[in-house]
Amino acid sequence: MNTGGDGEIVHFDNVGLRYGTDSEVLSDVSFTLFPGRFYFLTGASGAGKTSLLRLLYLAQRPSRGMIRMFGTDAITVPRERLPGLRRRLGVVFQDFRLVPHLSAFDNIALPLRIAGVPERELAKPVADMLEWVGLAERMQAKPATLSGGEQQRVAIARAVIGRPDILIADEPTGNVDPDMAVKLLRLFEALNRLGTTVVVATHDLHLLQKVPESLIMRLDRGRLADPTGALRYPPRRPVAGRPS
Amino acid sequence: MKWHHSLTDAAARGWSGFANAGDTPLVSQSRLAGPMPWVIAIMVALTVIATAGGLALRNVAQVSTTELSGGITVQIVEARPEERARQASAALAQLQRSAGIAAPRLVPAAEIDALVEPWLGKGLTGEDAIPVPALIDARMTGKVSTSRLQRLQQKLREVAPAARVDAQAGWLEPAYDAIRSLQWLALALVVLLAFAMAAAVLLAARNALGANRNTIEIVHFLGGTDEQIANIFQRSVGADAVAGGIAGFAFATGAIWLLGQRFAALGAGMVEGGALVLTDWLVLVMVPLAATILAMGTARLSVMQALRKML
Repeated sequence: MNTGGDGEIVHFDNVGLRYGTDSEVLSDVSFTLFPGRFYFLTGASGAGKTSLLRLLYLAQRPSRGMIRMFGTDAITVPRERLPGLRRRLGVVFQDFRLVPHLSAFDNIALPLRIAGVPERELAKPVADMLEWVGLAERMQAKPATLSGGEQQRVAIARAVIGRPDILIADEPTGNVDPDMAVKLLRLFEALNRLGTTVVVATHDLHLLQKVPESLIMRLDRGRLADPTGALRYPPRRPVAGRPS
Repeated sequence: MKWHHSLTDAAARGWSGFANAGDTPLVSQSRLAGPMPWVIAIMVALTVIATAGGLALRNVAQVSTTELSGGITVQIVEARPEERARQASAALAQLQRSAGIAAPRLVPAAEIDALVEPWLGKGLTGEDAIPVPALIDARMTGKVSTSRLQRLQQKLREVAPAARVDAQAGWLEPAYDAIRSLQWLALALVVLLAFAMAAAVLLAARNALGANRNTIEIVHFLGGTDEQIANIFQRSVGADAVAGGIAGFAFATGAIWLLGQRFAALGAGMVEGGALVLTDWLVLVMVPLAATILAMGTARLSVMQALRKML
């Protein structure tokens, strides 16, 4: 994996974000994401979680500051190199953002098709993925016919099928019952154990306790609380290796 | 898990089959198609008809020019029939002796009667006949100039004082001017129609882009490139353009054939020269092909332009 300096994969330095001429929704945000770690992003509604995630999944450029991703300056990177960076990210959107006229199978297969994986090589991994999220029986269903929880699982399957370096999930358990929330969290943990860095935005504090080794990023009115400096200089711990 | 793929490797293999997610088009076809094939069909039909008109006019001009190039007519404008006949014979003999004059022919009276019959009617021969000039057709070899014509007229007037020489091309110069104007008009129409079609495609592509913004954003966030998205639209517009082009060309061909039949029924020499030949039809076949290329190019450019405004 191509990481930045000292094994970091994402580094935010004094990042600020404002929309138009409004006041900043994010101010002086600085943190570093390391490979194989599990992060929770918390904060009250309107604290800036979604804005921070949009910066993370390269949907937005910051108004100031510096963002380095996989060793590349993500702000000045030429536009044609952005797809390459995005393909290393898996995103679970709060509103799922499934393509409405595509089946669950085709939605999940989309990242692989975009990446140019031949059709004959698609069926098996997509079927495995559907099995993994418990939707093998519903592979031909269109999003409109799926429940909120099922759509969420399709969105998660789509986010992880390309084995991203970072999985970014915005309130992934917001539309599912507590049992399913725990099950989804276990999926993320399983992925994390394979080496994927996971960033989960949530306002459900109970979830935080279920992953004891996770690091908490708490946003408060656009500012990131990091009293111990753990987000910039996290304590060392063994990082799970990736299967070759 | 066995489902992992190296996306970097996959990306290196390049784009393949992405425009269609399995059997389902990634961009909802119903949103993109709409009236587009019909607009293209109408544009192609009008362009083919305008082009065919321009080509037919060019053919008319070419055939007439070839036939009339170097052609001269000597009129003997003399009211007395005997004197007219004498001067006509003298002028014909003079022409036969002259260098640079080929195939002089005295137009028979019957032929002249047939020519004037639509205006003067039948049965006007004999004593009560309206005097009609005697005509001699001939062809001048080499370049026909005003000075050559004047010299010839001078020479003829020595033996036939009532002789008047006219270059056949000169009579038709105003008609050629009109034909040339119509050809320019046809060309202008073709250009305007091409612009109109490009504008229609531009609007349709932008509209489709707006309608599919969500899907495009998803594809963007999943690492899709501008080229991949533009290819989707280009293909879709291309399919519309091919369908519209075939329909428009079929309609235009039918219209041209019907018009051809009507003009052929006129039996007028100049109009018959306007018939389309094989190369003309090849040019007409190029119209829907050009329309398809234009539509696809326009769609691609407009989509790429719109995508560049996104991050």
